This record gives sequence, C-alpha cells and structure tokens, in this order.
Amino acid sequence: MIPAEFDYVAPATVDDAVRALADAGEEAKVIAGGQSLIPVLRMRLAAPTKLIDLGKIAELRGVREDGDALVIGAMTSHYDVMRDPLIGEHAKLIAVTTSTVADPQVRHRGTFGGSLAHADPAGDLAAPALALDVEMVAHGMDGKRTIPASEFFVDYFTTALRPGELLTEVRVPKYTGWHAHYEKFNRVAQAWSIVGVAAAVQVEGHTIKQARVGLTNMSSVPVRAGGVERALIGQEATPEAIKTAAEHALEGTMPVADGNADIAYREHLAKVLTSRAVTAACR
Amino acid sequence: MRITVTVDGTTYTDEVEPRLLLVQYLRERLGKVGTVVGCDTSNCGACTVHLDGHSVKSCSVLAVQADGCEVTTIEGLARDGQLHPVQQAFHDNHALQCGFCTPGMIMQAIDLLAEDSDPDEQAVREGIEGNLCRCTGYQNIVRAVRDAAHEMRPGAGPEAERISGAQAGVHRS
Ligand SMILES: Cc1cc2nc3c(=O)[nH]c(=O)nc-3n(C[C@H](O)[C@H](O)[C@H](O)COP(=O)(O)OP(=O)(O)OC[C@H]3O[C@@H](n4cnc5c(N)ncnc54)[C@H](O)[C@@H]3O)c2cc1C
Ligand code: FES
Ligand code: FES
Repeated sequence: MIPAEFDYVAPATVDDAVRALADAGEEAKVIAGGQSLIPVLRMRLAAPTKLIDLGKIAELRGVREDGDALVIGAMTSHYDVMRDPLIGEHAKLIAVTTSTVADPQVRHRGTFGGSLAHADPAGDLAAPALALDVEMVAHGMDGKRTIPASEFFVDYFTTALRPGELLTEVRVPKYTGWHAHYEKFNRVAQAWSIVGVAAAVQVEGHTIKQARVGLTNMSSVPVRAGGVERALIGQEATPEAIKTAAEHALEGTMPVADGNADIAYREHLAKVLTSRAVTAACR
Repeated sequence: MRITVTVDGTTYTDEVEPRLLLVQYLRERLGKVGTVVGCDTSNCGACTVHLDGHSVKSCSVLAVQADGCEVTTIEGLARDGQLHPVQQAFHDNHALQCGFCTPGMIMQAIDLLAEDSDPDEQAVREGIEGNLCRCTGYQNIVRAVRDAAHEMRPGAGPEAERISGAQAGVHRS
C-alpha cells in the first residue's frame, strides 16, 4: 500500500530538527531509518502530517569515546554498530545483539536510536541497553537532558521522550574485557524475538565477578534480571550454578500471551534462554 | 519535492511526492520494472536494490530519502550483453523457478559477497535471510551464490558494479 500524504523536511543539524519538530506540531513525526515507521505508514496505521528526517544530520552518526563511556549517535545504523571497533571492545553485548536484528537490508537502514525510541517490547536492543545502564541524551526546545535507561522505557511503544524531543545520543559505560551473548528465540528467519536474553559477564579464572542480564519481550518494557545477576556473582561458571541462577529469571516480569507463545511458555523460555545466554557468555 | 538520483549510471532529476516509495519511483517513473514488489510488510526482499553500495528494501525507503544517492538495480548489472557473474550463476544452477524473488536475491547476494568473498553455506543462508523464495526451497540459490563466489574471487564490491563514465549520462524525465 501507499502511505497517506505528508510533508517532508530533512534538516542538516539537531537544532534545525528540534525547531522543525516544534513548528510542525503534534501530528508530525521523526523518521530515522524508517524500518519501523515506513511499514506502519504503508499499512496506514499512522498518518503523520509531516516527517522530520534525521538522515542528513551528520553529527548524529558514529561512535566516539568520552572518558569512561562510549557515545553512540542515535542515527548510527545497525550495520555500523555491528562493525564498530569501539563497540566491539567496550560494549560487545550491543554488537552481538545488533547482529541478530532483522536482516542485512534492514540493518543497513535501521538505526540504534530509532530502535530504542520505537520501544517495541519485542525489539532486541532495549534489553542490552537496560542491562548495561546506558543513558539516553534527549534534545528539545528547552535544551538537553539525560534519561537513564531504567526510566526511559515506559510502556508498549512508549518512552520518557517528551513531545518535541529527539533522542540524539546514547552514552554507554565501558565494559572492557566483558564477555557477552544474546540468546534470541524465534521460529523463522528475520522474525522478532518471542523471548530474548542479553547477558554480559566479567569472568576471572572460572569465577563470575560481575553480571548484567536483560530480558526482551517478558513485559511491556525490557526487564533487568537483577535476581539472576545477584545469584551469579561470585559463583564458579558451572552449568549447575548458572541453571540455579536462571531460576530467578521471572522476577519482575509480566509476560503476555500472543499468537507466538502463551504465558507459561514464555516463562519457560525465559529461564532456559537465560541459562543458555549466560553459559555462552562465560565461554 | 525535487530529487536528483543516479540509477544504474544515469542521473535523473524529478519532482516527486514525499510519500512516493523508492520502488515506485524506480518502476513507475523510471520504468525500471526489473525491481519488483512482493509484499506489504517489508519482509520479502524482492524489491532489494543497492543504495550507495549497500542493499536496502526499496519498498521501505522514500524516494526523497534517496536524493543525492546512487542506486543500482538488477537492470544495471549486465555489461555489454554479458550477465553479471551472480546472474550467470543463478542461471547455471537453476536457482529460480517462477523468478519473482530473483532480482532481490541477486542484489542481496552481491551485497553478501562484497562483505564475505567466500561464505560457507550457513553464511549464505544468513546473508539472504531477508529474502523469501516461495518456489525453490533455497537449495539451488545457496549453491548459486557459492558458485558465484568461486567465479568472482576475491569478491564483488560496489567497485565491480560501478558503471564506467562513458556509459553514464544525464537524463530528465
Ligand atoms: C522485516 C523487519 C524485521 C525486523 N526485525 C527486527 C528484529 O528482529 N529485532 C529488532 O529489534 N528490530 C527489528 N526490526 C526493526 C528495526 O530494527 C528498525 O530499525 C527499528 O525498529 C527502528 O529503527 P529506525 O531507525 O528504522 O526507526 P524509524 O522506523 O525511522 O522510527 C521508529 C519510531 O521511532 C521514532 N524515532 C526514531 N528515531 C528517533 C529519534 N532519534 N528521536 C525520537 N524519535 C525517534 C520515530 O518517530 C518512529 O516513531 C525489523 C524491521 C523489519 C522491517
Ligand atoms: S516488497 Fe517485500 S520487502 Fe519490499
Ligand atoms: S523462484 Fe519463485 S519465489 Fe523464488
């Protein structure tokens, strides 16, 4: 199908984009990679009056170091995130998770910031963002503010971004030397996660020193598996210890039933996949 | 809106509505009907083209977003009546039945080979996971891509596709 009519601007700077968004009013929408938005427009599930395209804003693309953090521009494509040497070294969980998103064509267009702002509960990047305690940097007419990941994801497709605000950057603390794995369960190629588990661990010898675990699609928002993390810390990375820790995976979850899985099946998956993700990360 | 796009080596300047999809622009304005539309949900990959050297689903890009960019379609691959090695490999390996998925498959296969000049079977299957085929069962497609890889070593990058200056012209429609 063909989208309904809309106006279009492609500003060259963040300031111009913020102003364009304010001028265009409530019915306008930002377009990043368009890989979620254009399908929605084609199905006519949304009919914004105006699109503000962030694609021409060079300052929003790329990854840089800032002290003990990495700063990922919101418009950095999935493809660039996967291959970025800084992300590979200091935030491997984000790289490995991104490589499971969609398919190569979608990863060429879709962006890191667009995925987070879209806040689809089945989207894969929110769980690692939450687990790694990233911070979202938002720009609006009132200037810039920082939102911790733990406050960013509010509900299905809803974030703490206010009307007129853009997500411009994501600040990721460095997890240098950590091992990571994303275990995604879906039935067919290029499908969304039925459940996904993001795990990052710091291992010394055979002992798990620190652990970060986040769950995809076990609630309307990503869930931090704090119980699993606490149960892992200080343990030897044995199959028994990991399995015991994974029993905590349901703490704080509120899964729903849908065409792919009922609640009991999702709960079963969450534990099994947590165990697999941590095991693979420890290897 | 006025856009300028280079498609298969020819530069076009056109007035388009912002809601026009790149695939519609290619098919309906430029007559490049080699690129096809197989779905409404961005899943099938039949519409795959290269935008500035990378594969994209042209049903999921607005024509206005391609302003200033270079597009390569299935129609821009053959040289002087010679099929591109990946096209030839699809032919040789019977990698198509109805052929509807083929333009997208070939464009994605070329993208894959630019990233990985000698993909194993698993890498080919993952590399074309954004392209659906309802006929072949993929077996011969995978075979064709690996065959093409051997023909083309060390890999066909965007360079292999660039059309020489002599052929490029400027066209207004
Ligand atoms: C076939 C297919 C399969 C997919 N499979 C997966 C998958 O397995 N896992 C997965 O995680 N994702 C998947 N996706 C989605 C993909 O990852 C998208 O790239 C992503 O969801 C949105 O990113 P985008 O840059 O394309 O954003 P867009 O589609 O441009 O925007 C999405 C939404 O976010 C808003 N937005 C975007 N950027 C900003 C910003 N900087 N500030 C404020 N608001 C903003 C837009 O207004 C819009 O509402 C799939 C998509 C397709 C088409
Ligand atoms: S037409 Fe199916 S993905 Fe574009
Ligand atoms: S050959 Fe018919 S869809 Fe692939």
